[in-house]
Amino acid sequence: MLHVNNFHVNVEDTEILRGLDLTVNAGEVHAIMGPNGSGKSTLAQALAGHDAYEVIDGTATFLDNDLTEMPPEERARLGLFLAFQYPVEIPGISNAYFLQSSLNEVRKSHGLDELDALEFQELLAQKMELVNVPMHFADRNVNEGFSGGEKKRNEILQMAVMEPKLAILDETDSGLDIDALRIVSEGINNLRDPERAFVLVTHYQRLLDYVKPDFVHVLYQGRIVKSGGPELALELEEKGYDWIREMNPA
Amino acid sequence: MTQIAEYTDRAQYQADIDTLAAADTNNTLSVLRDAGAEKFSEMDFPHYKEEAWRHTNIKPILKSTFRTHIGASSASLTTDDLAAHSYAKDGLVEVVLVDGIFSSELSSLDTLPDGVVFSSLATSEASTDQLGELVNYTNAFVALNTALVEDGVCINVNKNTQVDVAVHILYVTTGKANTATHPRNVIVAGGSSEFDVIESYVGLNDESETLTNGVCEIVVGDNAKVTRHKVVSEGASAHHLMTTQVTLGRDSRFNAFAMTLSGQTVRNELCVKMTGPGGHCDLNGLYLNDGDRVIDNALFVEHASANCYSRMGYKGVLDGNSTANFTGMVLVPQDSQQTDSDQLNNNLLLSDKAVIDTKPQLEIFADDVKCTHGATIGAFPPELIFYFQSRGMDPLTAHGILTYGFAAEVVDAIEVEPLKKRLADYVFTKYSPK
Repeated sequence: MLHVNNFHVNVEDTEILRGLDLTVNAGEVHAIMGPNGSGKSTLAQALAGHDAYEVIDGTATFLDNDLTEMPPEERARLGLFLAFQYPVEIPGISNAYFLQSSLNEVRKSHGLDELDALEFQELLAQKMELVNVPMHFADRNVNEGFSGGEKKRNEILQMAVMEPKLAILDETDSGLDIDALRIVSEGINNLRDPERAFVLVTHYQRLLDYVKPDFVHVLYQGRIVKSGGPELALELEEKGYDWIREMNPA
Repeated sequence: MTQIAEYTDRAQYQADIDTLAAADTNNTLSVLRDAGAEKFSEMDFPHYKEEAWRHTNIKPILKSTFRTHIGASSASLTTDDLAAHSYAKDGLVEVVLVDGIFSSELSSLDTLPDGVVFSSLATSEASTDQLGELVNYTNAFVALNTALVEDGVCINVNKNTQVDVAVHILYVTTGKANTATHPRNVIVAGGSSEFDVIESYVGLNDESETLTNGVCEIVVGDNAKVTRHKVVSEGASAHHLMTTQVTLGRDSRFNAFAMTLSGQTVRNELCVKMTGPGGHCDLNGLYLNDGDRVIDNALFVEHASANCYSRMGYKGVLDGNSTANFTGMVLVPQDSQQTDSDQLNNNLLLSDKAVIDTKPQLEIFADDVKCTHGATIGAFPPELIFYFQSRGMDPLTAHGILTYGFAAEVVDAIEVEPLKKRLADYVFTKYSPK
């Protein structure tokens, strides 16, 4: 589904990703771990199409579409979803209105009919139950006055509504207490599907206790330096990132 | 008298003042009008070079003459004509004035609650102790209103009365070219009362150039709470100048919403004086500007007592070649310690040619105060647009939704549901992506 090949990405003329390779197939859950500054968020944002991230070499293809030069909204319509590490607040716009607009844009692009307010309300209620989000979220303005945990839960709700093919979660677990982490993880697990793939960008092993990955990759200095199964995450937890640094002298 | 040259033809205005004085002498208002006429003779029309008017292009108003019709309007309106502007069906009390004159046929006063006394200013029962007491005669237009007022609204809310039903005052301008009307409201809320009022200024004609020259005096008694909503929906070629003076007693609250939707030139001047400790005023505004329209919001809040709180939150959306002006002046005299004041003016510019002049001002003479002010002018941050794009919406759609959200935030704060809904629909239709 996703093929990233020799990906070199700059931010403000500084090279952050230095030849990253990654292949993700439908139904798989991949965890990407790494110390601060390794390029984890850069990878997530660059795949989503943020224009601060300049691809200077290599390719990224999603469902056989070349992502280079593709505007972010088109990537989203193809089925690529990014759950932000720091979701922004949108005053004056309710979650319901925001999500209805999003979903309808995606539906339009696939030649489907748009949902009217009532139809969408039903859909939203179902999704809110699926990811265990309180009903009042619908009328609240997007992320306005939300705690960190609520913002992350709202990202998962959006993911449930958008039904993406590839969901990239950028440090969704950061800043969550154990209860919020459990709820968010349940939501993610309820969305697992043979047609869907997940890339979990995470600094901590904790999330992976609840959302069991199929593959774990270690990102260090802009490249994936080690890949393995779920046990790699445990090894990393035990040995720390110094282990990685020692194995990969600069 | 200042030496600034004037190009307004005073003679025509004076002729109307003289005609009215001669026509109607047995009325509560005639005494007020005499005083107004005298003030008018002493005052100048504002000149565009004066600081307070420098960014508001009122030359079109100064160069035309607007004749005041004496007596009831000849236009015959039905309730159907006013349906789009009425709130009677939502159960609100509604007072309708056509071209400045009260119309009992078009009004709905059945739901007027106990403890609320309404009278039209032209009737001799009008309890008008406060009339003319508050307002500051800052320029000739205010004096002109006083000299030419033929009718208006007087509302007294008795002490301790919690009014559940909002009162809607609907001033309709039918739009005979080059005419002026002079709306005048006196609203007095007795001690510990609570009251919501809506004033709509509606023009039915987009072609004719008219002048709505209004004055509003509001007294909020000790421990009382008044929420005033002013909606300006004048005709496309109409001009609207209005001065509102509010005085707050101790522990009282005044919430205001000034919503300017249409009209060629609109100036909303709002002055609030807090005279006792515990006073609290919360002034909100929204101005939607486009074409070559001019909108001016001039606010003045005086913390004449210690321990008062004031807040101004005004937002503007400017498109086309429109210009807007915001001045927020907060005055804190030396003895007004423990003052808490905050001003914010946010503007969204949708076009390169739109111009906003924003000037939050603070004059603080006390030393134990907390006063902040801020103003923003601009567009939406890229991070916000990217969030929309990551959800499948292109930048144009994102802008439309965000513009709607920007304006809707002010509307969201309104608690009178029918008004809130109508304004929300208006803003949605105007800005959200099609």
